[in-house]
Amino acid sequence: MSNQTRGGTRRSLLSRHMGTLMFLAGLIGMLIFGWVFFPPMLYTSTEQPLQFNHKIHMDEGGMECADCHPFRADGTFASLPTLQQCAECHEEPIGDSEAEKAFIDEYVTPGKEVNWYVYSRQPMNAYFSHIAHVKTGGFSCEECHGDHGNSESIPPYQTNIISGYSRAVGGQAMAGREVLPTEVMRMDTCSDCHIKHGRRTPCLECHK
Amino acid sequence: MSRAKEKPEGAPRYAMTIDLDKCTGCGACMVACAVENNVPPAQSGANDRNGTTLMRVYAMSNKQVYPHAKQVFVPMTCQQCEDPPCETVCPQNAVEYDWTTGIVAQIPVRCLGCRYCMVACPYHARAFNWWDPTWPEGMEATLNPDISTRSRGTAEKCNFCHHRRQLARERAVHEDREMCEDEYQPACVEACPVGAITFGNLEDPNSAVSKGFAKPEAFAFVEKLGTKPKIRYLSSQKWVHDMARSGVPGKEATNG
Repeated sequence: MSNQTRGGTRRSLLSRHMGTLMFLAGLIGMLIFGWVFFPPMLYTSTEQPLQFNHKIHMDEGGMECADCHPFRADGTFASLPTLQQCAECHEEPIGDSEAEKAFIDEYVTPGKEVNWYVYSRQPMNAYFSHIAHVKTGGFSCEECHGDHGNSESIPPYQTNIISGYSRAVGGQAMAGREVLPTEVMRMDTCSDCHIKHGRRTPCLECHK
Repeated sequence: MSRAKEKPEGAPRYAMTIDLDKCTGCGACMVACAVENNVPPAQSGANDRNGTTLMRVYAMSNKQVYPHAKQVFVPMTCQQCEDPPCETVCPQNAVEYDWTTGIVAQIPVRCLGCRYCMVACPYHARAFNWWDPTWPEGMEATLNPDISTRSRGTAEKCNFCHHRRQLARERAVHEDREMCEDEYQPACVEACPVGAITFGNLEDPNSAVSKGFAKPEAFAFVEKLGTKPKIRYLSSQKWVHDMARSGVPGKEATNG
């Protein structure tokens, strides 16, 4: 009789906590799904049309950022180099890498521009003046773009499937922990820095 | 309003004068404005009330019969008020008085499309995008990259071609000098074939626009509302002054 009671108590203890256990298991499962598996589903990943080694241009070519990413004569930023600029040195293959061969055969010889994906391309309604930051503000390229110039390869370009913008703009982390422009280039990133440097932030300063 | 307190030292305050004695009503300012600001061609079904026009030339008549009939053309755009009624009513902070330029900034991406600003504006200077902007095939190539297109469901208005100021500043920084006044001029000013529109810094007492403001022929439309517009019209005719004082020009006139 007493044994039966003990057994019954044990069963009822387990069944009484079953709900809690199921809830915790579900919660942990959903957290893992939400934090590990779900975020990558928000992005599509595209390989750049060609691999590119920044470091070799800096080290062996002795080049600087502004050699390929210059300002135009009117002070606007030219962003990526044109094929013509590349072909000034790369009319013939330099070295024997796969990408170099592909570059010459597919782009230089037929005279076709490379359709690079730009990691830090901003939405159309955002205006950013490179010259105001580099020349007036005294910023170096690395402060916003990181040590991109020393990279030996370029990562795939990730697009947010909802907004259509680059992941470098929206930021890597889901919890919004990043603050530096090397990690995220959202409006907060700009305005935080403007406030920190005592620059006021009228809307039209950055929106067009 | 305590604008002066917020105004940074030495910041410009842009303003415009439009000489109605010179204006021939040709509409070049309207065309230049639409092209510069990526205003799409009118959709079928668009009319005076629901089409997008940031700059509109009204014909204003004294409603007399010959030989006393008189008419002037009034290019009407955002009056860049010092106390803009559209700013105070906006629930989204999509309208902002920019104290660094004196421009009333309209930020379309923030706009939720309630059109309260359009009701508040006594100058009918605002437009609402009833349609998504579309261009005939191939015409997208003519879009101005310095200004964004606006989506359906947002209000918009003249920002004094502020993007032109940004480009002029970039060039000035590149060339290690200060920006000159004539480097930054809105598209309508450049397009006017008779030079009726003058644009400049009101804080500079020697600028053409400051001198225009001081002329006895200068007036603003419905000044009694106290919005303190930064566009002054010039006219030597008394009836124009009288009519401008009395009411909304759109009400008085047929659309030109």
